[in-house]
Amino acid sequence: MRAEFKQSIESALENATLTGALGKFSETYRISRAKAYEGIDFEALRTQIAERKSYAASQLEALAGQFARNAEAHGAKVFRTSDPRQVKEYILKVAREQGATSVVKSKSMASEEIHLNAFLQEHGLEVRETDLGEWIIQLAGQRPSHMVLPAIHMTKEEVAELFSKEVNERLSSDIPRLVGVARRELRPKFLHAGIGITGANIAVAETGSLVLFTNEGNARLVTSLPKTHIAIVGIEKLVARFEDILPIMTALPRSATAQLLTSYVSIITGPAPNTDGTMKDLHIILMDNRRTEMARDPQFSQALQCIRCASCLNVCPVFRLVGGHVFGKVYTGGIGTILTAWFDALQQSEDIQGLCIQCGNCKELCPAKIDIPGLILELRRRLAVEQGQPLVQKAIFSVVNNRRLFHAMLRAASLGQKPVASDGFIRHLPFFLSSFTKDRSLPAIAETPFRDRFRKIPQPKCKEKAGFYAGCLIDFAYPEMGEAVIRILNQAGVEVVFPDEQTCCGAPARYSGAYEVAAQNAVDNIRAFAGQDIRYIVTACPTCTVALKHEFIRTFESLGRGEWLPQAQELSAKAMDFSTLVKQLAGEGRLSFQKLPEHLPLVTYHDSCHLKRTLNVHQEPRELLRSAGRDIVEMFEADVCCGMGGSYSLKLPRISASILRRKLANIEATGAAEVAADCPGCVMQIRGGCDKKGLNVKVRHTAELLAERLA
Amino acid sequence: MFEQFKARAEAVSAEVHRFASKTETIAFLEQFLRSEGIGGASPERAVWADRAFLDEETRRRLCERLPGLSFRVTRESAAEARIGISRMDWAVAETGTLLVDATAIEDRLVSSLPLIHIALVATGRILPDMASALGKFDPARSRYLSAITGPSRTADIERVLTIGVHGPKRLIVVFVDGGEEP
Repeated sequence: MRAEFKQSIESALENATLTGALGKFSETYRISRAKAYEGIDFEALRTQIAERKSYAASQLEALAGQFARNAEAHGAKVFRTSDPRQVKEYILKVAREQGATSVVKSKSMASEEIHLNAFLQEHGLEVRETDLGEWIIQLAGQRPSHMVLPAIHMTKEEVAELFSKEVNERLSSDIPRLVGVARRELRPKFLHAGIGITGANIAVAETGSLVLFTNEGNARLVTSLPKTHIAIVGIEKLVARFEDILPIMTALPRSATAQLLTSYVSIITGPAPNTDGTMKDLHIILMDNRRTEMARDPQFSQALQCIRCASCLNVCPVFRLVGGHVFGKVYTGGIGTILTAWFDALQQSEDIQGLCIQCGNCKELCPAKIDIPGLILELRRRLAVEQGQPLVQKAIFSVVNNRRLFHAMLRAASLGQKPVASDGFIRHLPFFLSSFTKDRSLPAIAETPFRDRFRKIPQPKCKEKAGFYAGCLIDFAYPEMGEAVIRILNQAGVEVVFPDEQTCCGAPARYSGAYEVAAQNAVDNIRAFAGQDIRYIVTACPTCTVALKHEFIRTFESLGRGEWLPQAQELSAKAMDFSTLVKQLAGEGRLSFQKLPEHLPLVTYHDSCHLKRTLNVHQEPRELLRSAGRDIVEMFEADVCCGMGGSYSLKLPRISASILRRKLANIEATGAAEVAADCPGCVMQIRGGCDKKGLNVKVRHTAELLAERLA
Repeated sequence: MFEQFKARAEAVSAEVHRFASKTETIAFLEQFLRSEGIGGASPERAVWADRAFLDEETRRRLCERLPGLSFRVTRESAAEARIGISRMDWAVAETGTLLVDATAIEDRLVSSLPLIHIALVATGRILPDMASALGKFDPARSRYLSAITGPSRTADIERVLTIGVHGPKRLIVVFVDGGEEP
């Protein structure tokens, strides 16, 4: 990670205006977005969009040809190029031919992508952005920090300052008046410009139509007043049919700004009349810039389904802390990371891909059904393949994979700090984990790992057997969680086996892009559980469950190691998360909990990212806790990441700590005395945060809360 | 469907009126234009991109009473006007949207440059949803199709919703009953 990049994160985190504005927006966005989608089957809608856009991405060449023929038949001039340089030169040539000296633009990310303004200005043209946010950014000499809200990082005072300079008049920071200044200043620009430049939200092949969504009304002026209109269209905007507009029209405003529809939608099909009776000189530039190459990539072609709503920015727990400028490029946030890797270069995404904490929020809300975190992981993998793994990382993995050695090292570190360990926490850990500890205490490493404690728990002989997969944290730091799981299963008449050869689930390696290491982890674990007479493999760590259930398979697939797939699938079929299994056992009447009356403190439940969004489990633990006599009070944003993200908290400790601070505030606001979570990683993060902050809140695994209530 | 349209359109700051006849509609418009200063001695300007709603006699009479009103829509007259008036082809109840084939430049000028846009639409032309409305147009003929939902707006400064940026600050939707086509 480059030092400047780390520095830009630091300054973003310290920018209270930025994090305040983005934080507030992200909170209201989720609520207003949900309201905008009321009465709409979002899954059906996004499936439709994904189908139509993925079809278009698979037919780019044919659709571009069809679009060009149809638009030209209506009188438009269509220019196709894969080269950004040619786009700029074409526009300059048109301007020269028309004798135009000034250009008005409505918002176009494609023009930002190729840095059009700078080029045209260098060649003597006056270029004016007319979207309010874009104009602000232009005056400030900045890049947009957000695809839909380019100036969201600025305050009204900063805007007043910029406008005051521009109009040479002392302006107050009254927002309606500032908007009035924009109207007044830009109106003559619209009226006198020779050329209007726009992007397009959709391009319809069957009719040669362009579709533009705007709220301010500037695109209608840009396309109506100048005699020449140039539209720059990234070819991923193509759809096959006119009716394909409809699902995008339904989703884009709702996902982008929580509106049922933007104030204006313009559908332009060929030139329309100008004010002097001539017909518009309409140029449409179909720009490739590596999109065709992307379409041929089996993993990344889905990124072309993007409709640029920016909801992946709005719901990202990291974006709302650091904003768009740390991305250093035109496209920001989750999808921006992917686009940057393609439109600029893979290396350009090296730092920014690390910002993704893999919480899955964006994937859940993407109206084009793009697996954004999955694609970012794939970038990470390709970067790791291209550059090789850093030495330190290699060393860590070689230790992590040797269970006894890993435990011994952690334990040694833990013991070395014994004098400062109190209440089960190590306050300063002199190890590669040391950067953890500024905002969060670490757990003491257990004297005896779970694997050794398990041997001392006599197992009942039962017909039904389950294998227990512990994972690193339960094995080494929180064996008591594992013991709680065993007690509950035994009580339900399930015998537990613990194959001693089990090792790390591979998540740390996979999330670092080290797929070969992750594959070896998968092989070792498959071997460890092979031949056991077990009905389930239960794990009390959702990240491990996801690895067992899905990621072993995906890792083998992406490395082309098909020979392991049948065994990986067999393991996957047996893998189950703790709450789902226990809920099932309770449903079969095999478990019962102590009855009330007993007054117990209120509990608030934290949803772990992998459990909620990958495994879709969120009711089960709550229902189990309630059936065990615990009252739950819901916290705000219960399903937003706690900032742990495995090794994320190691690589980007400051971001991790800021995310954690929000979580702790939400917990505190409930007044609950206890927090339950199904993930030992979340427990570690939140418990450590409470300890550092001095909050008198107990944080435990759901299994522990349930085990103490067994009848 | 009128009620649904009205509720949706008002939710995005449009003003919605409905009149039983052409006569009542014209009376309302005259009164409204006067209240906006189109009638005085040095009047504010209004431009009306009328197709065939008004006969020659009515136009002449309105221009006499409202010296600021013009039926000649040009770049200049629209840019100077406080009010623009035009007809819409369809209204969509589910989103409070108006749709118009705005291929004629006059339709675009009066609905995008003035501060106030008055949109006239026959009550019989309300459709339930966007799917049925888009199906009414053939893009090969309708070169410039406009969907309008409320007045011009922005939230680009501090996410504060502000009405009226480059387009109209007020959108006044006037429904005409009685089978009249405005």
